[in-house]
Amino acid sequence: MAVLIVNGTREEFDVDPSTPLLWVLREKLALTGTKFGCGIAQCGACTVHVDGNPIRSCSTPFSAVEGKEITTIEGLAPSSEELHPLQTAWIEHQVPQCGYCQSGQLMSAAALLASNPNPDDAAIDSAMRGNICRCGMYGRIRQAIKTSATYYEVASTSELTATAQEVSGE
Amino acid sequence: MNKWTRRAFLSTGIIAGTGLVVGVSIRPGNRAQGLQELMAGEDETLVHAYIKIGADNVVTAIIPHSEMGQGIQTSLAQMVADELDADWDLVRAEEAPALDEYANYAVGKGFLIPGAKFPDIIVPSVDGALMQIADVLNVQVTGGSGSIRFTGELGSRIAGAATRQLLVQAAAQEWQVPESEIETEKSHLIHRASSHDEPYAAFALAASAMTPSYTPELKRQDQFKIMGQQVQRFDIPAKVDGTAQFALDVRLPGMLYATVTRSPVFGGSLIGTKDEAARAISGVIDVYELPPMESNDMIGAFAAGESVAVLAEGYWPAIQGLKALEIEWDTGGNETVTSDKIFAQFDADISAAQNRGTDSLFGDADDVFSTAANIISADYRVPFLAHTCMEPLNATAEVKDGRCEIWIGCQNPLGFRQAVADALGIDAENVTLHNQFMGGGFGRKARPDYAIQAALVAERAGRPVQLIWSREEDVRQDFYRPAVQSRFRAALDNEGNPIAWENTYVDKHEPIEAPLIPYAIPAQNIGYVASPTHVPFGAWRSVDHSQHGFFTESFIDEIAVAAGKDPYEYRVGLLSNHPRHLAVLEKVAEEAQWSRPLAEGRGRGISLQESFGTLVAQVVEVTIDDGNMSVDRVVAVIDAGFAISPDGITAQVESAIIYGLTAALHGEITIENGAVAQSNFHDYEAVRMDTAPKIETHIINSGHAIGGAGEPGTPGIAPALANAVFDATGIRVRNLPLNQFNLRFGVEEAGVVG
Repeated sequence: MAVLIVNGTREEFDVDPSTPLLWVLREKLALTGTKFGCGIAQCGACTVHVDGNPIRSCSTPFSAVEGKEITTIEGLAPSSEELHPLQTAWIEHQVPQCGYCQSGQLMSAAALLASNPNPDDAAIDSAMRGNICRCGMYGRIRQAIKTSATYYEVASTSELTATAQEVSGE
Repeated sequence: MNKWTRRAFLSTGIIAGTGLVVGVSIRPGNRAQGLQELMAGEDETLVHAYIKIGADNVVTAIIPHSEMGQGIQTSLAQMVADELDADWDLVRAEEAPALDEYANYAVGKGFLIPGAKFPDIIVPSVDGALMQIADVLNVQVTGGSGSIRFTGELGSRIAGAATRQLLVQAAAQEWQVPESEIETEKSHLIHRASSHDEPYAAFALAASAMTPSYTPELKRQDQFKIMGQQVQRFDIPAKVDGTAQFALDVRLPGMLYATVTRSPVFGGSLIGTKDEAARAISGVIDVYELPPMESNDMIGAFAAGESVAVLAEGYWPAIQGLKALEIEWDTGGNETVTSDKIFAQFDADISAAQNRGTDSLFGDADDVFSTAANIISADYRVPFLAHTCMEPLNATAEVKDGRCEIWIGCQNPLGFRQAVADALGIDAENVTLHNQFMGGGFGRKARPDYAIQAALVAERAGRPVQLIWSREEDVRQDFYRPAVQSRFRAALDNEGNPIAWENTYVDKHEPIEAPLIPYAIPAQNIGYVASPTHVPFGAWRSVDHSQHGFFTESFIDEIAVAAGKDPYEYRVGLLSNHPRHLAVLEKVAEEAQWSRPLAEGRGRGISLQESFGTLVAQVVEVTIDDGNMSVDRVVAVIDAGFAISPDGITAQVESAIIYGLTAALHGEITIENGAVAQSNFHDYEAVRMDTAPKIETHIINSGHAIGGAGEPGTPGIAPALANAVFDATGIRVRNLPLNQFNLRFGVEEAGVVG
């Protein structure tokens, strides 16, 4: 039995270890939010996180990720009642058109913000250039990432304030 | 009939003359027997074929168009809801099923008889006739930038207004008050004098028993409350959390997977398949040879050769199996065709000008050219293009007991249903088609080849099968935007004014007006010659406008430069008879600060194009540094008459510009040995985040008839870009894509035609 931890849940199944992670997610686990776009790591529609790092699941054999922690679009939100700040910003900016590439866009953007909470244009270009959007919503994606970064600032400021108040006993 | 054209429609004689008055079977509004049962859920009433009202007072707009990213299901719901005086917070949208009742009679009406105003008394007859035509021809198409201007204007709004009228009638009867004293607001019926205030839901059942009007009074623009307002698209929340269901996401119990291939050389037929190695792969179940196929559907007519499919337990073993097949194709002589030979043929056919058809002929251009001192000539070319929708073609089908159920994303559900039925040899009534969100369409998903393949594989497998094309198959088995060559001559008088315009190009499709120009040039001769190739034709976002927009808006720039004039001022001087064009052009120049000086190495270009009833002007700014070009900024102005959804139209303009920019910079399908040389995004590239320009869109609500929004932004980007490159470098780009040229060198070294 092969093992994978997906969105915090341990999954066991039979699989040919050469099968790309994308097809394991979509066909074995019915996690269809992660998309097939090119099969050769050129479009980014299949982007997921492995131990927090963004990878192209269409070109990553299962054998390379066995036993690791995978996060897919279905696991991006912190809970079923709450969206990830990027998802909120995506709705605010009405980013998706056909929407097919957006799972991959969001996973690439989430990995960017996790390492760089306030990315400039060059950082956005570099992190996002692997994700094609044939509807061409690049301007909205860029704006939504920046808006989301401001949510992080607000969140971290309020956390800091809360911590400071605890420390000072207020 | 190969293509759905106005001419073709009229030539059938169905609606010619008194043929307008034919037996009326089904019209929107009428609830054909069984429709109520089929469409209305528990506690819902189908008040109109396009409208349901629930016991919770939720209004559901039924939308006879597919969602491929354009947000149409929200925009058409706005049109229904506004005329209905509905509470927008309680409005939902639902895609119409692939049933004859939801054929796009309104698309037919707008397409066949554009701008026609019929006397009220014959409207039902016209509608009935068109409904029958739409029904017979299996039209349920999303394309031609027609959903809002035809279905919305001629269907959704009428449905909303007629339903409101029925609800008022029902309340008036119940309350015994005059209809004229009843007000409607936020899905409520109100009679102030008697203190009645009831939700629509209270009268839905009574209204559903009445016959809706085909000619209800519609709102004036100044009465709109929901049209023209910013609303959130219904489909977006599901598109940010992975729950939006595309066809590829369908999961059925016991489902198998398959993938497929056709002859790399178009038109090739199958000689034989050696499949031992494929069958030896773990997970491969079977290999099928599928017959050639064709469809005469007016929207998606096509022919394709045999295919070979591999059935497996998953896509991965299926594609491994496909790669292990040894397939022999008879390529019938087409294996020697190359792009170079195709363009040489175009060139020869234009020169021969045999059986030249004309689009526009007035003044005596020949005479002007024979005496003119200053004549400018140029040949332009564009290559074949693929669509490369983000979602590769796929469909999931189950065939059993003489019935087929199919899940697919397509631009013509009724046409696809018929094509699948024909392929299986069953009646269309025995095919149930579930249309899903499309991961892009752009015209590709109007051709039902992938639906037929899925149905045939599922029939043989005896189990549900999801057929998935590889990206390589998608690039190599598309129905392509045609390559075109276009030859121009213009004559100028001593002041540099154009006095004659001559244009001959190959391969005419639709819309027929695409090569026409708005400029006041007194002698014009615009025409075309046939020059057929073996490369399959398909509609591609903006269709013929995608080529001719580049040609005509580049050549007018060349003339301006030859005349020593500013390209913007030159256009302005030729548009005095077209105030609407002029307003759009002037607005874009103002917003882009056209006369602001640019730094060395930077350039700016302009374009103006009318398409699908909408005007778009664009200004592009580029920087060229040591031959490397960046597209910095695009300013666009769109006049679609009235923007039903302002942010929706802005998003469509952004999208259309990036789609056209991808083509202008990178897009090139080349033919080598009769087959497509490209295969995937590494050699058929797309504009990405780091090369996407800043786009500023401005909307003019001119009050003219509503035009399309999905396509009109595409034609103008390539010429504005090429004109900007000329401004920056002096290099006139007459061949696309741009990335084939080295902009460090001059015209000849860069290999630019001309």
